[in-house]
Amino acid sequence: MATMSELYQSVILDHNRSPRNYRRMEGADRKAQGNNPLCGDQLTVWLKLGPDGTIEDVSFLGSGCAISKASASMMTAAVKGKRRDEVIALFDQFHALVTGAPTAEAPPLGKLAVFGGVAEFPIRVKCASLSWHALKAALEHPDAVVTTDTDASHQPGA
Amino acid sequence: MTITAADPLASVRADFPILGTKAGGRPLVYLDSAASSQKPRQVIDAVRHFYERDNANIHRGVYGLSVRATEAYDAARAAVARYLGAAHPHEIIFTRGTTEAINLVAQSYARPRLRAGDEILITGMEHHSNIVPWQLVAEQTGAVLRVAPVTDAGELVVEELAALLGERTKLVALAHVSNALGTVNPVAKVIELAHARGIPVLLDGAQAAPHLPLDVQALGADFFACSSHKMFGPTGIGVLYGREALLDAMPPYQGGGDMIASVSFEKSTWAPLPAKFEAGTPHIAGAVGLGAAVGYIERLGREAIAAHEHALLEYATARVREIPGLRVVGTAAEKASVLSFVIEDIHPHDIGTILDASGICIRAGHHCAQPLMRRLGVAATARASFAAYNTTADADALVEGLRQVRAVFA
Repeated sequence: MATMSELYQSVILDHNRSPRNYRRMEGADRKAQGNNPLCGDQLTVWLKLGPDGTIEDVSFLGSGCAISKASASMMTAAVKGKRRDEVIALFDQFHALVTGAPTAEAPPLGKLAVFGGVAEFPIRVKCASLSWHALKAALEHPDAVVTTDTDASHQPGA
Repeated sequence: MTITAADPLASVRADFPILGTKAGGRPLVYLDSAASSQKPRQVIDAVRHFYERDNANIHRGVYGLSVRATEAYDAARAAVARYLGAAHPHEIIFTRGTTEAINLVAQSYARPRLRAGDEILITGMEHHSNIVPWQLVAEQTGAVLRVAPVTDAGELVVEELAALLGERTKLVALAHVSNALGTVNPVAKVIELAHARGIPVLLDGAQAAPHLPLDVQALGADFFACSSHKMFGPTGIGVLYGREALLDAMPPYQGGGDMIASVSFEKSTWAPLPAKFEAGTPHIAGAVGLGAAVGYIERLGREAIAAHEHALLEYATARVREIPGLRVVGTAAEKASVLSFVIEDIHPHDIGTILDASGICIRAGHHCAQPLMRRLGVAATARASFAAYNTTADADALVEGLRQVRAVFA
């Protein structure tokens, strides 16, 4: 079992304490709500898209544990300025990381790699991925609500 | 409080094999009995003995083995009737659990009686299983769900509940003990108020049955629901107690084998209680295990269990308050077995994960009581809950674990 310091790395604790882009967005193009019915956690992600579909601005608000808040915060920092296809690729890489799925090569996740410890805690995978599901839903639908339970791949142990 | 040789519960831990196991290399500290209790050897042995010696279907065979299985099942019903203080064993209906028991009452008692505009009264501290079945039947009938308020301390406002009892109130349903906060509701008073207006009362006894001395007749409860797995028994079985006259007047909840007097394609007639409400082959071994569980609790003594848990709850409540930034959620004057809390700037899930690394099992979340969480202004709480087998050493381990939680987030 991973130790607590592997899960709660200092960068995660920092983002939990001072989440980036933690605000409501006026005039957003897209908005999605993510719910974790297991624990009642909720967050909302807002997006502003450029003419070519790049994410010009992204923000979030919500209640959640350190893992979910830090994950959402670091996600906003990671996806700003990226194209939709780049964000979807990043989603897939992040998903593989936190579920411990074997990948052919180490995904180029940069700072997001600190969430690697989550794979040792299957019950917390949903916490780390909630904001990403909301982001993906916001990219795919103008006004979406997603729950972690709608994604079978996020069942504990998956 | 110390556990001494004079304590009637001193040897309890040895009865629970799982308490001797390790969690992640650490001795198991199990503080989640409000979610599900652990099982004593006496219950495990009873289930094993049934499957090894007495197993057959009930009420069917003419052979001796089936007769023994039937006798074991009936003996379990009699044991539960005695445990709850029911007037007759046939007032005890075996269900899958508290949830199914409440759904049974919603569909078989309430649904045929409710008209549009009628009211069902619950409280603001109910478990989802004592909210959603009433919402379903309200949708089916046009009835309205009314909610008696809860104070900041997590206590029912009885005067407001009384004011909500009206001409259209057809049923009151409330928790005897709150699963999220441990509040013991003044159910005798609520029943008195409701009965004064001729309104029947259902008690969700899931959290009360393992912890408090109970007598449904003395309380005057019309329905009482509880779950075996929270009272040292197997999962997958629970109990609906209903007063005979009410159960007799209710149509069956499910149709099938074992619940009929006769069947023809034109018309079937129902078996008498309790078979009318037990369609299909029941969880026979589960009932046998539950019978053993109530026998076990009776041997320990419910007064002794309640006293032990009360002292432990007081001790643990005082000790967790040593943790900086910790706030106890639910400070009712009357509480049983549950210690819910939050720590400033630390989410309950993080508390739960870090405690788990020390072998300490607590519940973190909304405890299937989201409306109550909203009322108290918290998204979730961490909850430690106690049973007869917990000791001050468990509470001390919890406090030490919480110090480590603080250290991670320092």
